[in-house]
Parts: sequence; structure tokens; C-alpha cells
Amino acid sequence: MTVTEDRPARREIGNARKRKEDQRLITGRTKWTDNIQLTGMLHLAMVRSPFAHAKITHIDTSEAKAATNVVTVITGADVAEEQGGLPTAWAITTDQKTPVHPSIAVDRVAFAGEIVAVVVARSAAEARDAAELVDVDYEELPAVLDLKEAATDSALTHPDLGTNKSAFWQFDSANAGTGSAVDEAIAEARESGVVIEREYRQQRLIPAFMEPRSFVADPTGEQLTLWSSTQIPHIVRFFLAVVLGIPESKIRVIAPDVGGGFGGKLQFTPEEIITVLAARRTGKPCKYTETRSESLMSGHHGRDQWQKLTLAAKSDGTVTGLKVDLMADLGAYAGVVGGGVPILGAFMFNAIYKFPAYQFNCTNYYTNKTWVDAYRGAGRPEATFAIERMMTELADELGVDQLEIREKNWIKHEEFPFTSVCGLEYDSGNYEEATAKAKEMFGYDELLAEQRRRRESKDPVQLGIGVSTFTEMCGLAPSRVLGSLNYGAGGWEHAAVRMLPTGKVEVVTGVSPHGQGHETAWSQIIADRLGVPFEDVEVLHGDTQISHKGMDTYGSRSLVVGGEAVVKAADKVIEKARPIAAHLLEASVDDLEFKEGRFGVKGTDKGMGIAEVALASFTAHNLPDGVEPGLDSDATFDPSTFSFPHGTHLCAVEIDTETGGVKMRKYVAVDDVGNIVNPLIVAGQVHGGLVQGIAQALWEEAVYDDAGTLVSASFVDYLVPTAADTISFDTDHTTSPATSNSLGTKGVGEAGAIASTPAVVNAVVDALRPFGVKDVRMPCTPERIWKAIHDRGAGGDEPTENAAMPHFDEADVADRTDGASA
Amino acid sequence: MTRISLKVDGASCSDDVEPRMLLVHYLRERLGKTGTVIGCDTSNCGACTVHLDGKSVKSCNVLAVQADGHEVTTIEGLAQDGELHPVQKAFHDCHALQCGFCTPGMIMQSVDLLNENANPSEEEIRLGLEGNLCRCTGYHNIVKAVQAAASEGAGASA
Amino acid sequence: MIPAQFEYVAPTTVEEALTALAEGGEDAKVLAGGQSLLPVLRMRLNVPSVVVDLGRIDSLRGVRDDGDAIVVGAMTTHSDVFHDPLVREHAAVLTEAIEQLADPQVRHRGTFGGALAHADPAGDLGAPVLALGATFTIAGQGGTRTVEADDFFEDLFTTAVQEGELLTEIRIPKYTGWGGHYEKFVRVAHQWPIVAVAAAVKVDGGTITEARVGLTNMGSTPLRARSVEQALAGQPATDEAVRAAAASAAEGTNPPSDLNGDADYRRHLATVLTRRAVLAAAGA
Repeated sequence: MTVTEDRPARREIGNARKRKEDQRLITGRTKWTDNIQLTGMLHLAMVRSPFAHAKITHIDTSEAKAATNVVTVITGADVAEEQGGLPTAWAITTDQKTPVHPSIAVDRVAFAGEIVAVVVARSAAEARDAAELVDVDYEELPAVLDLKEAATDSALTHPDLGTNKSAFWQFDSANAGTGSAVDEAIAEARESGVVIEREYRQQRLIPAFMEPRSFVADPTGEQLTLWSSTQIPHIVRFFLAVVLGIPESKIRVIAPDVGGGFGGKLQFTPEEIITVLAARRTGKPCKYTETRSESLMSGHHGRDQWQKLTLAAKSDGTVTGLKVDLMADLGAYAGVVGGGVPILGAFMFNAIYKFPAYQFNCTNYYTNKTWVDAYRGAGRPEATFAIERMMTELADELGVDQLEIREKNWIKHEEFPFTSVCGLEYDSGNYEEATAKAKEMFGYDELLAEQRRRRESKDPVQLGIGVSTFTEMCGLAPSRVLGSLNYGAGGWEHAAVRMLPTGKVEVVTGVSPHGQGHETAWSQIIADRLGVPFEDVEVLHGDTQISHKGMDTYGSRSLVVGGEAVVKAADKVIEKARPIAAHLLEASVDDLEFKEGRFGVKGTDKGMGIAEVALASFTAHNLPDGVEPGLDSDATFDPSTFSFPHGTHLCAVEIDTETGGVKMRKYVAVDDVGNIVNPLIVAGQVHGGLVQGIAQALWEEAVYDDAGTLVSASFVDYLVPTAADTISFDTDHTTSPATSNSLGTKGVGEAGAIASTPAVVNAVVDALRPFGVKDVRMPCTPERIWKAIHDRGAGGDEPTENAAMPHFDEADVADRTDGASA
Repeated sequence: MTRISLKVDGASCSDDVEPRMLLVHYLRERLGKTGTVIGCDTSNCGACTVHLDGKSVKSCNVLAVQADGHEVTTIEGLAQDGELHPVQKAFHDCHALQCGFCTPGMIMQSVDLLNENANPSEEEIRLGLEGNLCRCTGYHNIVKAVQAAASEGAGASA
Repeated sequence: MIPAQFEYVAPTTVEEALTALAEGGEDAKVLAGGQSLLPVLRMRLNVPSVVVDLGRIDSLRGVRDDGDAIVVGAMTTHSDVFHDPLVREHAAVLTEAIEQLADPQVRHRGTFGGALAHADPAGDLGAPVLALGATFTIAGQGGTRTVEADDFFEDLFTTAVQEGELLTEIRIPKYTGWGGHYEKFVRVAHQWPIVAVAAAVKVDGGTITEARVGLTNMGSTPLRARSVEQALAGQPATDEAVRAAAASAAEGTNPPSDLNGDADYRRHLATVLTRRAVLAAAGA
């Protein structure tokens, strides 16, 4: 009986465990999809449309087919019957218009970057060489590029649909019975209160995960195996079966080590289908790894909305209603989440506030640009940005402090649980505490004093202070709610715990990590629950033959949904072990208590460890009558509600008014994500999220030119920030445990990205208030800021110039000269 | 085809390669040094950073033929006698990686940075890593890791 | 991505290189450090039939003292130029510019001559080299010739180096005792400059006796801000005086409009950055 002595002395949950995943990652022993080489493997290269909208009139593949070591060239016409269409899981209304999305365009392309032919060759270099030889004739069609123009239907993204409008979706608190009528609140405020009306632009972003997408399909053996750098192996397997008509049981999808996703790998892609088709047609393993430019051009983009907002308040600052009118650009096709992304924000514009009336209207449109889908936060960053900008504008209008106006309207901690104007029940939170902590860490009053000094002395460097007190709904999601929103699947998660005879524990999880550290966090949960050493737990994931069911990783769901499934599966193991332990200890089941990995007989020092029970169960030599050998257990958890993390973020920026340059001075984030399993991992998630959100505020934008070509199609022009552009953050947390799961945890994956964007833009605008500036369009470039200060170009609200510097493309010389004279 | 002979992570190798083959492809496909990865086509991301004759370079921006007669160290050659390099250890200790795709390049550049400046300030660290993109960590813990490695004397020992 | 096929030649002398270039004709491309060329080849924006690698020509590397000038071999890496004490002493503005050029990895591979011959108007070396009045030595089959900085940069990606020729060395007069500063404006660190200004200034008893100012990315080539230089001469090294002189920095420029800013904004930046560069160079 040595197990008890080996047991960890302290609780694992809450412990800043260094990650198990790291060893392979820091030594270069990681298994990325692109590392996979199989005997006889063939390589794919894509021929992509240079036009945003065109008819394909002719494709000549003869020269490419004749090129060295080319095995075949596949066009859309070749697979028209076989390839099916890429599905969307979320038609937001029953009458949503959804265009057919072929993996290889057959007779028409709808965005620049769409695949028109695929070369399959013995090496990647030869495939690329031959791709250059495929001759495609196009007849250009009018392209729809601007979202507002799309709404006029003056040209059509998909002529067959007859309109660019995909669907209209509304939530109205009066209709839902969860609040009053917003138009009445606005009318009243126009009479006797304050009405703030603004229009904000959520620019188009690119997830820009670091590992380019890669796919390997192996058609040999009984099951077809697809390795994919995906966030969603289970969903990919389901869709492959549905789209290609392959029995689901004949498909195995493996997501090996995956290098980031941020929603960008929450997709079922043309490239996945094509790799499978190529493998099926050639009978050989096939690989496709995209280049970065292909990734930026054809992997789905994020955000891209216009937001019209009307906020009604009493003259004392009490908000009486909010009306939201969104236009969302889906790009050329509706992806897996697709039109549902803005809807994920529908219930969050009211945020942490007690608004009595609320209305959300959203119209989705198609344009001839890259498809748009989930990107870190998906819907909620847009909502948070809008409301946090509006609350600051209200404060400015009334001449009160940004935090004061928020406090006047937010839900007090003693009011939880609180049912919002959208009918969601927020389980817990303490906005006062998080804000007080953030203010103290930030030195709020001192910075305000410095701001006053700089304003008074007309310092060329002005200081701006930005605020964002956010909440979000995450932990996707209660299946019943998803069903009510017409989403095509549930939101449960699955886990299995397998007790090995050697005392090791395998945890199988249905979530699919790509950097989150689940192997570490799940080990901590199991170590505590089963009382086994952290090191003895192995977490298995991302292979549909091992983790046979799951809903994968996105929407800050893994811990709050998947982690809870792990807890439930572990509890089942204990319950299976209990009668066996009682039998072996010759005690009554009722006399046993399970504590720290050991079944003890109450009132005695008799007992045995769970590993011993596992071994006894394995040998099965002496089990109670009617008890099956084996302790392994499965569990599925379907959350009853969402998770509502919150926090207060404060940001100070210095603006060089001579150049418009922005320098971040200080950033404080106090997040409340409930109980924390691993503080190291939580802090890391916050840091990374912050920089992505800050990057939306200051740097990143996917820009198209007038022909519909993506101008920011490399990291030269799509400005992902570096270490030299960012600062060290001050982060801390408060703890209001969630009541919706036994661990008391809330999601953290998206929090930083959701909260930070408005904090930064509020800070930028705050610095510019003395110049009469009320808004700067994102990204807040130095040029826009400078123009806003000098009242040129409509106060920093001009679209970004759609030309790039021609560093590599010497053929671009003519374009640049034109630009200079324009 | 051009014959090249070079030393990679201490081992001599010799191969016939197409002149167009990038060093990173040579390392990955011929030598199986898949620890070094490719993240972009414009040499912005730095994920492919290795040391060429002891100095950091982006191996997507070097032809394999250019490395003929030279010595390459990759992330896989950094640990000595089973002991992690102090920078590797610091990345683990400080949680300076999440998905880990940028990590090999980030570590190799951090080693180079400390070789050139054993005692860098935070600003020097940040500038020294400006050729390496990370999308997960927000760089916060990467900077901490380089500081931690510096205080362990990584620059002197490397 | 993978470049298209090409033949590869790695000569060990300038003569061999010139022969290889002559044989390759117009489809030959010179590979120096490759930091701009390789992305071009990978994206197949240029498909040369022959690549002539200068990396094995030892005589093209290094910095030497040549009396009243320093001479930088075309194949000297940025990193080596940066660390060179001669450059630091006699051409401080160059050291400053190189410190901010690209990133450490690129500085380890990229070469001084390669970057200048590539002639990207947003490149960081053109403006300081132009401001310092360097002389370029160009080797051809018929022998070598020299070209003054004012005549070297002809257009976007176009220099006085003709087909079949090689830039071999850059001779920079000594500016011993002059202050130098490179003021670069970017949105993110790994970008090419939106605008940058190179300033070399001689100050005597608080008075700017002579100044040389070069502009990056204010036209299709690096430009010399001569009106600023003239206005600065004899002025006190004060904010007020330098501000007045810098106001004409954008005169005669034709800056591009792109994602990072339009021409107007660049013209404005040029004046601000010029003032800052000159003041920093003057140690004021």
C-alpha cells in the first residue's frame, strides 16, 4: 500500500504547472501535419483565380499534364459530380440564401484566390512548376467589393441568388418579453435625455495562425485517413462523410500538433476535400501545404461589419435603451459558422449593463471577397467594441468619468444571478472589485493628472486613457440554445478516462487543442479528482479513432465544457471502482470514502489506492459477482448555460501629435474567469488575446484593391505586430466562480481579444479629445490619427489606401508610379 | 543538381540538390530536421530561424547550395548531452510558448541575441526579436524567458 | 513556395562572375545576400535562368581605410558594416541606419552592396549613402568605372549598374567628427520605413556648419534634401532654427500613396522626421 505516499501533497488545480506539451515543442520534436511523409506520397499545388468574379470559359491542362512527374491535373469540371458543396452549419434563418460552394470552381469564380485547378505531382516543386502551366481563360464579371454597395444589389456576388443579401436576423427585447421597446426609449431620450448615435467599422481581419494549413490524405488501408491542421477534426470527419458520401465509419481524421487557430482553423475547407479527392483518384497518399500568401488570401477572414448604434440615456447617465443595426460581410460564401458569427454577438451588446430596452438587427451580405467566419471572439469583440466605445462617448457627452458612467449602469455584484435584457442569466461576477483592482494597478488618478498637465501645456505628446469593462458569453454551448438558433449541431463535450493496469491514466477528450495546454490542465484536473500523480496522466485528443466523439475547440469552450466532461468521467471511474474496493477490503460500499486517490474504510486505517483497484479490475481474479472488469468510463457534458467571464481593462497610450504615432504606455487587465486551473496558462491566454485585440485597434487590416485583389496578402502588408511593437502587460484577476460547472471555471481563450480593442481605441480617442476628435477608424494608423488631429480626411475616417509598397514585385513599378501621381 | 557538403547539428552530410532548394526544405525533407518550420514566403515570420556558422539566419531565405561548406545548427542541435539549452529551459519555465510553431525560430533567435548581448534590456530583447512573429503569447512571456535565460548566464555559456 | 528551376554558378572571383553574367545574358540574376532576391524567386515574381552567387568571392567582403575615405566591399553583410569601427567613426549615420534595417537575421545575411543594387526606394541604405556622397565602383567586362551617388539611383529598383555589370565596392568619404542620425518611421518594427531621414551634421560651437540630409521612400529613388542642407548651414543647432530649415524637406519630392499613408501625409512626415534627425545628429 504505497500509493498513498506517492500521492501529490498539494492540490493540482490552481497550481502553476509548467506545461507537459513544452518538451516536444522546445526541442523541435513536434508532429506538424506538414512533417508527415508517406511512401509514394504525391503533392498538390493549387491554381487560383486572380479575378474576384469571373466566368471560367476554358481551362487547358495539357501542358501541365505533360510536365515532369505530374500525375494528374484536376479541374472543377472533372469532379463536378463528386465534390459536392461545402456546408454551413448555421443558416441563421430558415430562408437564408446560401450559395453552392464547390471546392474547385466549376464554371465561375466568386473571389480572387478561389481554386480552379489542382496539380498532383511527385514533388511539391514539380506540382508548383506545372501549376504555372495551367492555362485558364476567364471572362470577368462585375465584382461586388464594398459591403454598403452590396446592400444595393447594383451588382451581384452570385447572380443566381438574385440578391447579395443572405439573411436578416433580429432580436427585440419587447418582442421577446425580456425588456421594453427600444424605439420608445430612444424617442423619450430625444425629448428629455441624451441620444448618442454612431457608426463604427469593424475592419476585415485575418486570423494569421502561425502554422500554414496542411493536409495529408492517405487512401490506403480500410479507412481513409486525413491529417489536418484543424481545430475541428470531429466536425471535419462528419462533413467529409456528408459531402463526399463516404460512410463516416470509413474516415479517420487526425489533428496532430496544430500551430494555432484563433478560429481560422474552425473551418471545413476546399483544400481538405481536394486532398481527399486527389488521394482517392490517384490511390496514393497526397499532401497539400499552403503558402502564407495562399493562407492569407483563401483561409477565411474575420470581422468585417458596419455597426450603426443608437444609445438612449437619461440626462443623469442612466441608459434606457440600445439599438444596433449591423451589416456583416460574409465574403463569397457562408462558412461553417458563417452567418452565425455576428449572431454570437447579438446578446452581448448590452454587456454588463442593466439596459431596460434593446434591439439587435443584423443583415448579412455576400461580396466577391474571401469568405468571413470565426476569428477569436467571433461576434463578441464586435459587440464589446461597440458598447464600450458608446459608453465612453456617453461619458464624454455628459462630461463624466468613463468608469463612473459604467458603474452607474452595470449590474452590482449583489444582483447576481442577473437576467439580462436578452434573457441570459449571468451567474456570477463582481465588476466593482475588478474595476477597483484595475484602477489601483493602473494608477488611474495619477495618469489622469498627467493627462491634464499634458493638455494644459499643449505637449506634442498627448496621453489617452482607455477603458473597457467587458463581459462575454462563451463556453459554446448549451445544445438546446444552439438548436433554438437554428445551429446544425449540439454543444456538448465528451471525455473518457481509462485506468491502465500499470496505474497510468489515459484521458481521452473530445476537444482538440492547438496551443491551449489541455494536456497539462486536464492532467491537473484528473490528478486532483483521482488522486494520481500529475505525471501519470496522459491526455489523448485530436484523432477520431481514439477520441471517437467530440465537438472540438473554439468559443472558449474546452475547459468549461470539455473539462467538466473529464470531471464527470473521472467520477464514474470512482463509482465503478467503489464496489470492487469494498469487495477487496471486505467492507460495505457505504463504509468507503474516496479521498486523495484512496478508498478508506471509515473509522479504520484500512484502504486501497485507485491504481490498486485498477489492477485488480484488470486481472479480474477477484471481482464481486456481476461486476464487469474495467473501470474505464465515458461521460458527456452539455452545459445548461454559457460562461460569463468579465474584466476591467485599462490602457494608456501616448500619441505623438506631430506624426500620429501611437505608443502604448501601460496596459492593465484584471479578468475574472472564475476558478483557475492553471494560472500560467490563463495568463498566457490573456497576454496573447490582448495583443490580437490591440492589433485590431492599431495595425491589422485586410485591404482589397478596386479589382478585388487582396493587397495585404503577405506579412509585409498584413501587419502582425512583433515583440518590438508591444509592451509587457500588468495582469491580475478576481474570482467569481461559475455556478454552471463543478469546477467553477469560466472561459478565457477569447477574453483578452474581446476586451482590449475598445480599451485601446478609447485611449486613442481620449488623447485626441482636445482636438475635437470623437472617433478614429480602425486600425488607428498614424496617418488617420494625424488627419483626425488636423481635421483632414473626415477626422481619420477614410478607408485605407488600397495599394502596397512594391518591395518584391518589380513588375509593380507602374502601379506605384500611378499611385504617386494620384 | 549540385553537390553540397555541410555540417548540420554536428553531423556531416552530403547530398545532390537542385540549386533552387531552400535550406529549410533541405533540412526538413532531406535530413528530417522537421523541428525547423516554414511560416511565410517573405521572410517576415522567422519561424525557420537556424544558425549558420553560429549566426541566426532565416533558412527560408538561404539556398541549400549557399550553405555548402558551412555549419548549420537547428533547434534539434541546441540541447547538449541531453541537457536543454538554458534558453529552451527558460521558455518552458516562463510559459513562453503556446502552439509552439514559432518556438524553434524564437528560441534560435533568442540564443543569437544573447550571444551578441549577454545582458540585454527589455527594449533590446524586443528589438532583437523583431524578425520573429508569434501569434499566441503576445510576446510577454517570451521576453520574460529571454530575461530569465540571460540571468542564468545563457549568453556567456552559449 | 519554391522558386522555379535555375542554373547556379558560384564564382570565386569578380572576373569569373562577370563571365558567368555575360553567358547568362538578360536572364541572369545576381545573388548577393539574397534577402530580397529569394522572396522574389520563391513567389516566382522573377524567373531567372541563371543565378550567379557572389557569396564565394572573398575579395568583395570587408571594410577598409583608404585615406580620406572608407571603402565597403559590396558583399559585406549589414551586420559586419554595423560592427565596423571605421564606419562608426567616419560615417555614423550609416551605423545608425543599419541598426534599424530589417531584422537581425536579415542583417546577418543581407549585404551592403546587394541592398543598394536592389534599389528599393524604401530601403534604409540609399538615403544615408546618398547624403554622404558615396562613390560606387562598378565592374564590367570592359573594366571598372565609378559612379557618383547622385547618378547611381535611377528609378525604382533601377541603378546605374547595367546588365552584365557588378557593383563591387562603395567608397564613402570620411565624415570624422560629424554627428549622424537615422530617423525612421514605421507602424510595426519589421516594416520598411514609411518615410525615413538620414542626417549627417557638423556642429561647431553650437552652430551647424554643414549638413547632409537624405530621404527614404519619398520618391522612386532615395533623395537628397538639398534645400534643407542649404538652409541649415550656419544656423544654430536649436529646435527653432532646425524646424524652420526642415520645413522644406518635402520640396521636389514625389512620395507614393499606399496602405501606410498617402503622399500628403508622407510630405508632412518628412518635415517632422528631418527636424528630429538633424537635431539628434547635432546632439541637440
